[in-house]
Amino acid sequence: MPTIRLENLVKRYGNVEVLHGINLEMADNEFTVLVGPSGCGKSTTLRMIAGLEDVSDGEIFVDDKPVSHLEPKQRDLAMVFQDYALYPHMNVAQNISFALRLAKRPKSEINAKVREVADMVGLTDFLARKPGALSGGQRQRVAMARALAKDSGIFLFDEPLSNLDAKLRGQMRAELALMSQRVEKNMIYVTHDQIEAMTLADRIVVMHGGHIQQQGTPEELFKKPVNKFVAGFMGMPPMNFLDGEIHDRAGAIHVVGEGFDILLEGEKAATAKAHSAKDVTLGIRPSDLRFEENANPEQSLQLDVQVSEYVGAQSVLLCRCGPARVMVEVNSESPVALGQSLTFAVNSAGVHLFDRKNENAL
Amino acid sequence: MRTAMPNRLTPYMFMVPAVVIMAIALMYPLGYMIWGSFRDWNPSQTIGEAEFVGLKNYITLWNDPNFHESLGVTLRFAFFVVSIEMVIGVGLALLLDRDIRGISVLRTMFILPMMIAPVVVGLMWRYMYHPTVGTFNRFLESVGLPRVDWLGDHALMSVIIADIWQWTPFIFILALAALQSLPRSALEAARIDGATAWQQIVHIKLPLMMPVLIVTALLRLIDAFKVLEVILVMTEGGPGLSTEILALRISRTATEFRELGVAAAMSNYLLMLLLALTVAMFVFNRWQEARAARLTAAVQEET
Repeated sequence: MPTIRLENLVKRYGNVEVLHGINLEMADNEFTVLVGPSGCGKSTTLRMIAGLEDVSDGEIFVDDKPVSHLEPKQRDLAMVFQDYALYPHMNVAQNISFALRLAKRPKSEINAKVREVADMVGLTDFLARKPGALSGGQRQRVAMARALAKDSGIFLFDEPLSNLDAKLRGQMRAELALMSQRVEKNMIYVTHDQIEAMTLADRIVVMHGGHIQQQGTPEELFKKPVNKFVAGFMGMPPMNFLDGEIHDRAGAIHVVGEGFDILLEGEKAATAKAHSAKDVTLGIRPSDLRFEENANPEQSLQLDVQVSEYVGAQSVLLCRCGPARVMVEVNSESPVALGQSLTFAVNSAGVHLFDRKNENAL
Repeated sequence: MRTAMPNRLTPYMFMVPAVVIMAIALMYPLGYMIWGSFRDWNPSQTIGEAEFVGLKNYITLWNDPNFHESLGVTLRFAFFVVSIEMVIGVGLALLLDRDIRGISVLRTMFILPMMIAPVVVGLMWRYMYHPTVGTFNRFLESVGLPRVDWLGDHALMSVIIADIWQWTPFIFILALAALQSLPRSALEAARIDGATAWQQIVHIKLPLMMPVLIVTALLRLIDAFKVLEVILVMTEGGPGLSTEILALRISRTATEFRELGVAAAMSNYLLMLLLALTVAMFVFNRWQEARAARLTAAVQEET
C-alpha cells in the first residue's frame, strides 16, 4: 500500500493562513485519525490529500512521488464524505460501480465487484434502490461500499459518522473497526469526536489552530499529553484543571492552590523541582480521583459535591474546589449526597502538570 | 378543554374574493371568446347580434391550407427556438458556473436582452437585418462576402435568431440556478471516482438538472407559441406566409379581415394546444412526485 508523507503543508485562503506547515508521515496499513475541534484544519488537510483543495505551499508525497499537482483521480484514493455524497439519480449498484464504469472495466468484473462489496457491507437486498429511498445508516454503507469498490490503496474518511444518531454511530464505528482489520489499506480518518479517534486509530494526530499538537497511539495521547489542549481534548469526561504553585518545603515538592495542597512523588517531583516557573496548572482526570474518607490530606482533594449525573454503573459528580470545577467519576453505589464536602484520594500516577504560561506539560 | 368547531363553510368564505376576481378577470373573457367562436361575428356587431353558426368556424379552419401553413410555421418556430435556446442556455450555464472575477457583472449582462421590450427588440433586429444599410450585410460586404436577404429568403431563420438572442438568457439563468443548487459533494465524489469534466456533466450534472430543464423547456415552448410583437415588427408575417405564426394570424384575422368568430376559434385551437402542453407538464410533475412517494413508502414498510 502506498505511503503518504506531508511536508510543510500550508493552506491559505487569500491572506488568511489556515494550515501552518503540517508535517506528517503515515506508515503502511496504518489507520490514522486526524482529530481536533471545528476549524482546526483537519478537514482541509484531508481534502488537500484528496486533491479537492489546492496546496498553497509544501508538498504531499505518495510513495515518495509528489502528487500535489495531480487531479484526484490520479492519486489512487477513495473517499467517504460526511454527507455521503451519493449520486441521487443512480441506484445503489450504479453508485457503487460508477468509478469502475468510468474506468471501462469489463461488465462481468464490475458485477462481481458490486456483489462482493455489497455483501461486505450488507446492502445486497438494496442494490436497485435510489439513495433517497434509503435510511441514513444504509446511505452510509453505500458510501463505504462505493469507496471499497475502487480498490485504491488510500482510504479517506471525512467525518463519516457525524450525520448518524448516537446508537447507529456506535454500531457503524464497530463495523468500521472490523472493516479496517479486513482490508489492507492506508486509512486517514477525520473526526471531531475523540471517542471515534480513540477507538479506531492506530495513530491519532491532534490538531488545533492549523498546527499539529501531538501525534501518537491513543494510549500515548491519553497518558502523556504534551500540552493542556491535548490533555483536555482527549478523554471523556475531560481532565480537571486546577491552578496552583510549586512549593519546595525542605525537599518535599508540593503543588499548592486554593483548596488543595498535594505532595508530588518520584519523577513528577523531580521535573517540577527542575522547572523554573512556579505557576502551574494541575491536571487530574475524573477517573484518577477516588472517594476515600480517610485519605491522606497530602494526597487528596477536598471537594464540594454540587451535581450528580447518574449514567448507570458510574456517576459523574460535578464538584467545586475553590474557584475550580472538578468532575469525579465514582461508582454509583458510593454513598455520596449533594451539598457534602468530601475527600477524594488522588491517584499519584494520574497527576499532570502544565506550565501556566505556555500550557506545555512539564 | 373544547375548541369551537369551525363552520364548515368558513374556508370557502375566505376563498370568495379570489374566486370573484378570477371569474371576472379570467373566466368571463375566456367564456366570451369561446362563445364568440361559435358565431359569424363582425366587429361592428355586438355579440348578441352575431349569427350563431355552430362549429362552422372550426371546420373552416380545419380545412384552411393557410391555417395549416401558419400552424406549421408556429410549430417549426417553436421547435427550433426552444431546442437551440436550450443547448446554448444550458451550455453557457455549464461554462459560467464557476468563480471568476467579475462573473456577476457578466451574468447580469447576459440577462439584459430579456429585459428589453419585445417591440424594441423587433425594431433593433429589423434595422440590423436591413438588406443595404443593416449591420449584418454591411459587415458581410466589408469582409468581401455576398449580401444575405435576411428578412426575405431567410425570414424564418432570421426571426428565430432574434428570438434566440432574446430568450436564451431565460434558460441560462434557470439552468445556472439549477447547477448551483446541485450537491457539491456529489461532484467532488465524482472527481475522486475519476470522472473528467465532461463525464461529470454527462453523468452527474445534466441528469440532476433534468427536472428543472424539462419545466424550463415547457415554459419556453408555451411562450414560443404565443410570440407576436417581435415578428410583427420585423416581418409582419411575410414574405408570403413564411413567418406568419398563429398569434400573428389571429391578430390579423380579427383586425384586417374583421372575422372575430374565426379569430376566436383560432385562439381556441392555440389554447387547446397550450393546454395539452401544460397538462403534459403537470402530469410529468405528478409522475415524479408519485414515484418518489412510492419509493419512500416502500422503505417505511420494511423498517
